[in-house]
Amino acid sequence: MNVFLETLIGGLLAGTMYSLVAIGFVLIYKASGVFNFAQGAMLLFAALTFVSLREQGVPTVLALLLTVLVMIVGALLIERTVLRPLVNRSQITLFMATLGLSFIIEGLAQGLMGAQVRALDLGIEDVPLFFGEIMVSQFDLVAAGTAVALVILLALLFNKTRIGISLRAVADDTRAALSIGINLNRIWQIVWAVAGIVGLVAGLLWGARQGVQFSLSLVVLKALPVLIIGGFTSIGGAIVGGLIVGAAENLAEAYLGPLIGGGITPWFAYFLALVFLYIRPAGLFGERTIERV
Amino acid sequence: MSNAIQARPAASELLAVEGIEVIYDGAILAVADVSLRVEQGGIVALLGANGAGKSTTLKAISGLVGADRAQVSRGRIRLGGEDIVGVAANQLAGRGLVHVLEGRHVFSHLSVEENLLSGGFLRRPRRGELEQDLERVYAWFPRLKTKRRTQAGLTSGGEQQMLAIGRALMTRPRLVLLDEPSMGLAPIIVEEIFEIVAQLNAREGVGFLIAEQNINVALRHVHYGYVLENGRVAGEGPAAELAAREDIRHFYLGGG
Repeated sequence: MNVFLETLIGGLLAGTMYSLVAIGFVLIYKASGVFNFAQGAMLLFAALTFVSLREQGVPTVLALLLTVLVMIVGALLIERTVLRPLVNRSQITLFMATLGLSFIIEGLAQGLMGAQVRALDLGIEDVPLFFGEIMVSQFDLVAAGTAVALVILLALLFNKTRIGISLRAVADDTRAALSIGINLNRIWQIVWAVAGIVGLVAGLLWGARQGVQFSLSLVVLKALPVLIIGGFTSIGGAIVGGLIVGAAENLAEAYLGPLIGGGITPWFAYFLALVFLYIRPAGLFGERTIERV
Repeated sequence: MSNAIQARPAASELLAVEGIEVIYDGAILAVADVSLRVEQGGIVALLGANGAGKSTTLKAISGLVGADRAQVSRGRIRLGGEDIVGVAANQLAGRGLVHVLEGRHVFSHLSVEENLLSGGFLRRPRRGELEQDLERVYAWFPRLKTKRRTQAGLTSGGEQQMLAIGRALMTRPRLVLLDEPSMGLAPIIVEEIFEIVAQLNAREGVGFLIAEQNINVALRHVHYGYVLENGRVAGEGPAAELAAREDIRHFYLGGG
């Protein structure tokens, strides 16, 4: 029983890391209907910027603020040079644009800051903590706590502020939003900046775990099953999806692994996503359109 | 009247559309030649069958044609004497022109109150000011107040139409473009909505340009009407005059 609980909790905590990556996608997808393939590159760019600043001797807090600033400027640039010229084009056009964007950002990141693996020390010790008989990783706990805090902040932003209500209005009906004077370009700038900052948080946690390097941008591939399970349009869905993927991976590795020779973690999330596509294609929390006839 | 005087917009002109042509995707002609006028505080109907070009005309005025990959390729549109062709829709809302789209288009996942608030943000009002505007809209549409916390997508068609109009009022418009407000609604609700619109016009001086297929209701509440056919103005006149014209009735009963 303890082994089961330990595996489950470890999985859930690891899952919040997936959720963090998935939230960045949901934000942009909701506001502009674009599947932002460049989210992983943004995550890598943010982590690399932070690490490089730290290596130059910039204090942690200042480095964090500067990186946030860089992500905001990046969002403004992307909106101006990529999104605005392509407004009203089909979704696939925008998707291809973000695909190209991901190469540009990755190239820039490595060109400016080098391609070698950097260690990122956030000052969180990865020591095991014991709750009774159950062992939990301290790092995982901090990561989960950060994810929770971020989600609460986002919920406040979306539900309690004028910008948040406007963001949701645009997500619901772009044309109606335009007709009452909401500035779409401004909204996109804000959403991409917020997604960039979420990417920064995810990038730091993932970077601290596996080192800051090119492969960091590949964590987005893990976000895909999370989104399919949770739904592309719901932040809550991204969280639950991440938890499900994290827990399922860990449990499968522990209990199914020995039966079929192990190595389940890399593919189990995709298998799970496939199952969801069969039984619930909109995801658990995906928005089906509300329509009155 | 001399030409010099004619060329100057009259003091009471709110909206003037002069010979516009609208083309979709660079090839499809939706509006061939439409001219119309709304006076300061006027209430005008744009009548015509499906596909006559009513919605496109409204979108051309509000700047939303751009979002449909269409453009005004000829003619002029003036709001309060200023040329507005090519001005973005969200900027026009700031200048007092707001468009209530066909089919309501409320923000269905937002609450009724959030829908209304979203219309007020444009002017960056203080909190108290926003509350006041909200109460003013609730005074016009008391039904919305009872549903303020309901998700807008779950309210009835009539309530959604009221919400769309209320949301537009939150921008404090000089001119409201209202596209097919009667669509899919019970006659008694249609009557209620037109009654409120006429009152808004009479008491607060808000100008209205209303595209409608429902000629009877529309002509009972407006001052003046234009009839569109195949993207052109086929007739115009004071409401009472149009209502009495046999050919227009005939046209609407499907006799063509």
